[in-house]
Amino acid sequence: MPKSLLLRGGRVLDPSTGIDGFFDLLIDDAQVRHVGRDLQAGDAVVIELARGLVVCPGFIDMHVHLREPGQEHKETVATGAAAAIAGGFTAVACMPNTDPVNDQAGITEFILKKAAAADKARVYPIGAVSRGSRGEQLADIAELHAAGVVALSDDGKPVASALLMRRALEYAGMFRMPVIDHCEEPTLKGEGVAHEGYHASLLGLKGIPAAAEEIMVARDVTLAGLTGGTLHIAHMSVEGSLRAVREGKDRGVRVTCEVTPHHVVLTDEALDGYDTNFKMNPPLREARHREALLGGLGDGTVDAIATDHAPHHYDEKGVEFDRAPFGIVGLETAVPLALDRLVHAGVVSMPRLVQLMSINPARILGVAGGTLAPGSPADLTILAPDLDTTVDPARFLSKSRNTPFGGWSLRGAVAATIVGGRILYAHSAFPALAAAKVARA
Amino acid sequence: MSAPSNLDRAESVGRPLREEPRPATRLRARHLLGIADLSAEEILLILDTAEAMKEIGARPIKKVPTLRGRTVVNLFFEPSTRTRTSFEIAEKRLSADTLGIAVGTSSVVKGETLADTALNLEAMAPDMIVIRHGSSGAPHLLSRICRSRIINAGDGMHEHPTQALLDAFTIRAHKGRIAGLKIAIVGDLLHSRVLRSNVLLLKRLGADVWVCGPPTLMLPGIEQFGVHATTSIDEALADADVVMMLRIQLERMQGGFFPSLREYFNVFGLTAERARRAKADAIIMHPGPMNRGVEIASDVADGPYSVILEQVANGVAVRMAVLYLLEGSVA
Repeated sequence: MPKSLLLRGGRVLDPSTGIDGFFDLLIDDAQVRHVGRDLQAGDAVVIELARGLVVCPGFIDMHVHLREPGQEHKETVATGAAAAIAGGFTAVACMPNTDPVNDQAGITEFILKKAAAADKARVYPIGAVSRGSRGEQLADIAELHAAGVVALSDDGKPVASALLMRRALEYAGMFRMPVIDHCEEPTLKGEGVAHEGYHASLLGLKGIPAAAEEIMVARDVTLAGLTGGTLHIAHMSVEGSLRAVREGKDRGVRVTCEVTPHHVVLTDEALDGYDTNFKMNPPLREARHREALLGGLGDGTVDAIATDHAPHHYDEKGVEFDRAPFGIVGLETAVPLALDRLVHAGVVSMPRLVQLMSINPARILGVAGGTLAPGSPADLTILAPDLDTTVDPARFLSKSRNTPFGGWSLRGAVAATIVGGRILYAHSAFPALAAAKVARA
Repeated sequence: MSAPSNLDRAESVGRPLREEPRPATRLRARHLLGIADLSAEEILLILDTAEAMKEIGARPIKKVPTLRGRTVVNLFFEPSTRTRTSFEIAEKRLSADTLGIAVGTSSVVKGETLADTALNLEAMAPDMIVIRHGSSGAPHLLSRICRSRIINAGDGMHEHPTQALLDAFTIRAHKGRIAGLKIAIVGDLLHSRVLRSNVLLLKRLGADVWVCGPPTLMLPGIEQFGVHATTSIDEALADADVVMMLRIQLERMQGGFFPSLREYFNVFGLTAERARRAKADAIIMHPGPMNRGVEIASDVADGPYSVILEQVANGVAVRMAVLYLLEGSVA
């Protein structure tokens, strides 16, 4: 089996090297070799791409929940990594709120072993900030780092103590790892299940005020400034959080942030009917916050799009709204949503989308990828921006189906996902990509 | 007569009606999940039907065969005296076979989910399920998985539609109309499903609705409900035609929404002196159960303007109307 692949005729788009045009791209030995015109095929497998396809550095979802160990009925590393590939992601970073929590090297090694066996998307574990994510004592961060953790977070259980957050930012700095915070002031959040405002009031649902998030973002930005640590704000959902991040960036604080596709596509109006697939944390906000997030995507305040892929079994979601767990799956809908609602809608350009979904996540996490420079790993996402997608949860590779987007028609699809030079996913509309066989390096 | 028009919801909420619309000839929805789903015409149909039902309750033999052979399950996940008894009497007066299931005696205590409880009941083919549940939206969940008709008897902080209907029935009995009346609703607005259903209904029929309570118990986004909101009970009561007091839900008060019950009564309690700010012929309402000396002084609750027990009596007729219109009117 050949070890080389020559992609011909697509639009190669890599803002990290300034490439944007119709080029050939040669992959050899799991690395990008050349991007240029009229490259010699040699013994490479040659694929002629339709001109409408866009070849980008591989997309990286820096915020997913793979549920293994401990909640394998929702997802496993293998099913999650397969869902990632099907969704156009060549790599994912998985949150540590498994059971047990990924707060020690043994768990990290277990996840990496499962990921290697799955042989799908690359998996970068995120370690816990505190032991058991209990918010009391720092986890064994040096050991986690040595085992392969790329960032720290107590996602799902926000770091309530300012002192612990300070220590985490200071200590993680030694390993150049970002601390990723799920920003939420626990007493203001209380038992809230929906954005505090008209719609929650009408539906009789307990509210989570925007301030619950904004306060913690402001606190964390202040602490990042104090410590010189690297802070990344997860799934920002309100205008005030953007303001705090913007202010921090302006004065040189090392802070980055992400938004999810669902927060930029949906609002709390969708809660009418009590479908628990619209229940997530942070909650869907009212329109003005959504508009602010769209502004942040456009003006550069937002650094990354991440899905917060949160699989739950239908038994867990099929209960009363206030008793259902927070979260939705996102890996297999993110790219069509981003293409339809952001690129085609004129919110962001295609190069900016590549920054948000590939270049910036790689840089924030300090992992390989996010570039098509010669010598870099051949992790590529090939987009079909004009191919229509109808979201069909029954066909998800994820173990869970908890999406609010079932049945949606969107313009834009993933044509293929290439990891380490091998085509691990190809859309059925592109049989040549599906048929190509490349040996692993 | 033409078919009932599907009144645009926003329009009917936002603008007082110049004249009362004509009653509808039937209900569109299979279930009664909330006032939000009812048009003004459908509300009037229920109220008019309840007038006829009230007459049945005045007969020596208070029973008609309308729902003979139909099975109604009363599924109550929260304690209730008034509403549950009222539904049971209504069902029996219509000759339905009824059974009540209280949480303590059901499988729920063994960890069964609401969906499974409902599906198991469904397997025994009831025609209607009346549900009271502590979670907002629980009746909606049932309506998605059950073939039976679902009647919401109070869900969390969301709606209590039959309470609002019986309140409207009572108001109409005294005032002859709803449109144009100044109606003041005072108390724990935040946690009240009675408030939400009443606001939706009274706005839809064109009332001038004032809501009043401490800022900590105000609904977020109240400005979008199309009501006047105030923290001054005097302002709310001034020239009111109807004063509706809401219960302070002592069981939900751990959050420290106000300093003390004593202070609450001093600032928001309905005293005889305050009641005099309302119109001379104003009626005083309370959905019960009352906390005497907290939201309402006993002399007001027991006084000549109180229609609190009438509300309870009217509840039976209104629930008979709802049962009949949902189930009895189809072959």
